[in-house]
Amino acid sequence: MTTADTIFWPVIPALKAVVILVVILHIVPGLVYFERRISAWIQDRIGPNRVGPVGLLQPLADVIKLAFKEDLTPQGADKWIYRMAPFLVYAPAVIAFSVIPVGIDLQVASFGVGVIFLLTISSFSVYGLAFGGWASNNKYSLLGGLRASAQMISYEVAMGLSIIAILMTAQTVDLNEIVRQQWGATTLGLVQWNLFQQPIAAVVFLVAAFAETNRLPFDLPECEAELVGGFHTEYSGLKFATFFMGEYIAMITMSGLMVTMFLGGWSVPWIEIPTSPTFGDVALSVFIFTVKLTVLLFFYIWVRWTLPRFRYDQLMNIGWKVFIPFSLLNLGLTATSGVMGWNWLIPLPW
Amino acid sequence: MANHDDASEKQDETRTGTTEPRKKASFALPVIKGLANTLAHVLRREPNTIHYPEEKRTPYPGYRGEHRLKRDELGREKCTACFLCATACPAFCIEIVAEEAPWDDREKRPRIFNIDMMRCIYCGMCEEACPCDAIELTPIYNIPSRTRGEKIYDKEKLLSL
Ligand code: SF4
Ligand code: SF4
Repeated sequence: MTTADTIFWPVIPALKAVVILVVILHIVPGLVYFERRISAWIQDRIGPNRVGPVGLLQPLADVIKLAFKEDLTPQGADKWIYRMAPFLVYAPAVIAFSVIPVGIDLQVASFGVGVIFLLTISSFSVYGLAFGGWASNNKYSLLGGLRASAQMISYEVAMGLSIIAILMTAQTVDLNEIVRQQWGATTLGLVQWNLFQQPIAAVVFLVAAFAETNRLPFDLPECEAELVGGFHTEYSGLKFATFFMGEYIAMITMSGLMVTMFLGGWSVPWIEIPTSPTFGDVALSVFIFTVKLTVLLFFYIWVRWTLPRFRYDQLMNIGWKVFIPFSLLNLGLTATSGVMGWNWLIPLPW
Repeated sequence: MANHDDASEKQDETRTGTTEPRKKASFALPVIKGLANTLAHVLRREPNTIHYPEEKRTPYPGYRGEHRLKRDELGREKCTACFLCATACPAFCIEIVAEEAPWDDREKRPRIFNIDMMRCIYCGMCEEACPCDAIELTPIYNIPSRTRGEKIYDKEKLLSL
């Protein structure tokens, strides 16, 4: 390491952090616009198309509207916790994204425990929901917060178990390594994505990710029909906007994780990863990641505008009685095939 | 153990009149069907809504919009101030004050004929009640205004429509 390196070592990661943060923050309005247009098409409507060319400035109008709303704090609210809650939802989602590789070895923080760090941090967001519900001094908010925590507990287990199966076959928790194992072709000619190698884990993870990000059909914490707006009933203006941003960023982070874990991340299918990547390779890998991410985000929106909300007991049933047994079974299968060397069942990298 | 599912099954039994328990289907198939359906809508993209102020929907024949009073061949209002419409009106929104008509073929004509469009429920009873075919509902439906006062239409306004 030269002296210049020792002085400037924090500069590159800081730069990456800023760039990725800015990019994510700018994806959110785009995603909101995307969601509003797609929902309109699903419902045979036209959708927002007045503000700016084909309505592209609609999110800006939304933000301006939210910014000018009165910022209310309900009487009897616990002021500090009430103010903190939106950020407790927003910050973990952003921080968790920092370990997701968006291109060849391109992530803000690359340390060995990638997946585990991401899961730990993204689980923190439930504190935001629970605190927000508790601090607003409103029974509906409180119920929303409680539901968020109960839902998180039920789904986090299944999610963790499905991830363990992946980690067992990958034999690493480094997300870049996991991606590197997914570019090749299987004996059937399919690309070696974990989606095809571990389909049970993929489905369980996908559904658990919906529950984790509180998106429909699992948005029981903010169920309008019973709870007004759930945990954010009392929030207005920019505090509400922060909750909203947090939800969308969590969606991006979860999709990013899913792309990395199950859809081959930034690797190009069937094309070997270059050992010393040029700038072009990195750009291509970022492009590939973005395409996969977009497809998954579209899937999120598509599901949201198709399925009705689950009933609470159905949600719990699916979590505890279907997903946890299934992911345990999957874990057992993976372990057995690993020990016995049953490559026909689950093709292992060794 | 009597849990929620049993209760809902019992209910279904009584509703459908069969003793066969409802099949516990999994969500998977309906979910996939639903997703296929919505994707078809996305790909088809035939909106049922219109760009309103630029495009306007043509109302169906018989659409009941704002009222108008008709004139006869000589340009006089047809209304003879018989009060039948005001009597028939379920919303009591027609106000008529009669005066003596200057013409030989009728006794009265309305001096004041006000309809409160904010109270009107556009039921068309007035049109049906009128013996002289003097009042009619037009298909005009885009009728916003800034004040309530503007929505009380007087005789001049109704005749000019
Ligand atoms: S349409 Fe019905 S409510 Fe309106 S003025 Fe005529 S009778 Fe009255
Ligand atoms: S509009 Fe018809 S019903 Fe009403 S007062 Fe005139 S003539 Fe009679």
